[in-house]
Amino acid sequence: MGIVEAILLTVITAATPLVLAALGELVTERAGVLNLGVEGMMIMGAVLAFAATQATGSPYLGILAGIGGGALFSLLFGFLTLTLVANQVATGLALTILGLGISGQIGEAYVGMSGTKLPQIAIPLLSDIPYLGPLLFRQDLIFYISIALVIGVNWFLFRSRAGLKIRAIGDNHASAHALGIGVIRTRYLAVMFGGACAGLAGAQLSLVYTPQWVENMSAGRGWIALALVVFASWRPWRVLAGGYLFGAVSISQLHAQALGLGIPSQFLSALPYAATVVVLVLISHNRRTTLINTPASLGKPFVPDR
Amino acid sequence: MSVAGASAGSPLLAVRNLTKLFGTFAACNGIDLDVQPGEIHALLGENGAGKSTLVKMLFGVLAPTAGEVLWQGAPVSIASPGAARRLGIGMVFQHFSLFEALTVAENIALSLDGTIPLARVAERASELSHAYGLPLDPKAHVADLSVGERQRIEIVRALLQNPQLIILDEPTSVLTPQEADRLFETLFKLRAEGRSVLYISHRLEEVQRICDRATVLRHGKVTGACDPKRETAASLARMMVGADVPHVSAAGTSAKGEVLLEARHLSVPARTPFAVALKNVCLKVHAGEVLAIAGVAGNGQGELFDALSGEYPTAEPDAVHIRQRPVGTRGITARRLLGAGFVPEERHGHAAVTGMSLSDNLVLARNQSDRQAFLGGGVLGIIKSTAVRMAARRISEAMDVRKSGEDPPAGSLSGGNLQKFIVGRELDRQPSVLVVNQPTWGVDAGAASRIRQALVDLAKSGSAVLVISQDLDEIFEVATEIAVISEGRLSDIYPAGELSREKIGLLMGGLYGRAEPMTEAAHAH
Repeated sequence: MGIVEAILLTVITAATPLVLAALGELVTERAGVLNLGVEGMMIMGAVLAFAATQATGSPYLGILAGIGGGALFSLLFGFLTLTLVANQVATGLALTILGLGISGQIGEAYVGMSGTKLPQIAIPLLSDIPYLGPLLFRQDLIFYISIALVIGVNWFLFRSRAGLKIRAIGDNHASAHALGIGVIRTRYLAVMFGGACAGLAGAQLSLVYTPQWVENMSAGRGWIALALVVFASWRPWRVLAGGYLFGAVSISQLHAQALGLGIPSQFLSALPYAATVVVLVLISHNRRTTLINTPASLGKPFVPDR
Repeated sequence: MSVAGASAGSPLLAVRNLTKLFGTFAACNGIDLDVQPGEIHALLGENGAGKSTLVKMLFGVLAPTAGEVLWQGAPVSIASPGAARRLGIGMVFQHFSLFEALTVAENIALSLDGTIPLARVAERASELSHAYGLPLDPKAHVADLSVGERQRIEIVRALLQNPQLIILDEPTSVLTPQEADRLFETLFKLRAEGRSVLYISHRLEEVQRICDRATVLRHGKVTGACDPKRETAASLARMMVGADVPHVSAAGTSAKGEVLLEARHLSVPARTPFAVALKNVCLKVHAGEVLAIAGVAGNGQGELFDALSGEYPTAEPDAVHIRQRPVGTRGITARRLLGAGFVPEERHGHAAVTGMSLSDNLVLARNQSDRQAFLGGGVLGIIKSTAVRMAARRISEAMDVRKSGEDPPAGSLSGGNLQKFIVGRELDRQPSVLVVNQPTWGVDAGAASRIRQALVDLAKSGSAVLVISQDLDEIFEVATEIAVISEGRLSDIYPAGELSREKIGLLMGGLYGRAEPMTEAAHAH
């Protein structure tokens, strides 16, 4: 395998957690809920996935633990903001801080332990295609899930009735309630989907990206995922594009640093952020499309007036 | 016709002693109501009389505190809008319950049961809308549609569920007279099919024209049930208001002085994709004049107000003149210092900070224009609270503002009383130019007539007054001159006596090509 394939493989590995977490947050925000706790849910997913893998020996049970842990942790956010109508921004920030703290506590026993890497699954025939095969069809399960989720979420939001209801709630929750749609119930489900996706993204970090537990190993990826959702103007395919662009630039700048091109390393480290912002701003320059896609009731609490 | 049948047949919907309490306040208090099959039944009442609360209970949006609802003779509990729809009740809301970011077909699909595939909804909506003469493009985004078109979606959406009873909440408040006529034809068609319509309105003329029976509400109670065609407008108004409404006298406001407010070829691009661009607006308001700008909501009224008040200054200094000084690029404070006053449309959060007391709101609005009266201590700008409180009391007395306590938060006042205070806050300065957007929107009849009289009196005392309003009754009461705004363009200015409702309706529809030759013809004669 040549150097180009090796780089592309690392790009895929770097982009997958971003795409997953952003996709989950996209659904949450499409339902009108702003959950700033992505980072916290992600790190909880990472530590629980690692712990479950260590306990059972099966990384697949680890994945399930990551998903379940993220979803349960988001349920806390849902209870506080949807049932008790706490401020979403403050609760989300608290969730991140709480997640980083708890995960550090749980993970203390696992620091320095070598982990189990999620095995790759080669898809028959397709994986034999030259160049593309090993890149796209000899990957781990989480990568396949991430691509399937982009397609699935896009279809779900824009083609299915349940997705239509989610978009309606995000646009105008009072009208949705007047039509008899269960606003709070749907929002709970959307928040938990977001949590499950963030947990899965965390599992990818501790089972694929670097198969071990390091404190704070999410390293701000939750925040990047949050920004991706906004710059992708709440559209799944743009989240995919943004996630891979960010992954590509951050990997290539690492190689550029290694080559010693004489460009200050701080500048190169900032490059992925700058490039992603510039490209996604260019994509979403059409203000009308952006307005149509922005959930109008994002972050606003809903209390039915019965 | 159905009045005779009303007493004989069993009602489609009967409401017995229905009550809704918000805390200790009874929004609806022991309401009785019968709607017969195949009739258009009016629910009349002022703002705050409890009409909307009543129909929200009938549609399952609010839960009643006490009382019962009978549907075709059987007692029912309507727990949700879905339950109401299953019974056969459809509703067209006053404030549209549409989703702006979704398409017409998606909006309609949301209110249908899940068995119809999304793709077929567009087809059926299009069929039905043509059958009832309400053409719609199912693929258009709601955000791009006019208010009249949005209402059509609501009606088609209600009709698709094949309801026996359709509730319409103030349907004509956003329509041109011509659009309203089209709506009435649809209603007659529905009545001919044997369906019932519950028609909520505070417009007497309309109710007399189309409704078979009327139930009148005041302060949450039924104050009368009648055949509106046998009543006079005055007797219906008395049932609604509980007293005779004082008549606004506009006599003696026709003396023309110098031009105090002027817009010269004012063009403003749309700030957001859903806003309206102003196109070459020219107007002059002389001292002693009340210029009223009519138009259907969303045709650039807000944008015109923003440009005239300086909330969003224009690029050209010459575009706006106040007292013959170019102020287009100046902000709102500079314009106020020249003697202008402004009352925006939105009371809560725009004209007043709801959580702050009336006196605080007074200082917020006038701390620059009346700095010496309200602020002391030189650069420190310390609020003279006694002076402020005295001024707030003076305004409340002058405008008859009814409030709980000496200096309550603005949000605790009813809409009418807060509006009286906000208008009074400007009038207290005796501004030489006053620009008001929708001065009596959602205000009860008594307060509305008080505000209108105050505007007329200000003009009589030699100021220039510009009123932007959707309410044609209001316009004819206060205006000496009338112009119509449509899609960001302003029509010629006509003396109020020369315009009929029909002509205004044509101008509202933007029919300039036809309207202008008419004026030329009029000049030629």
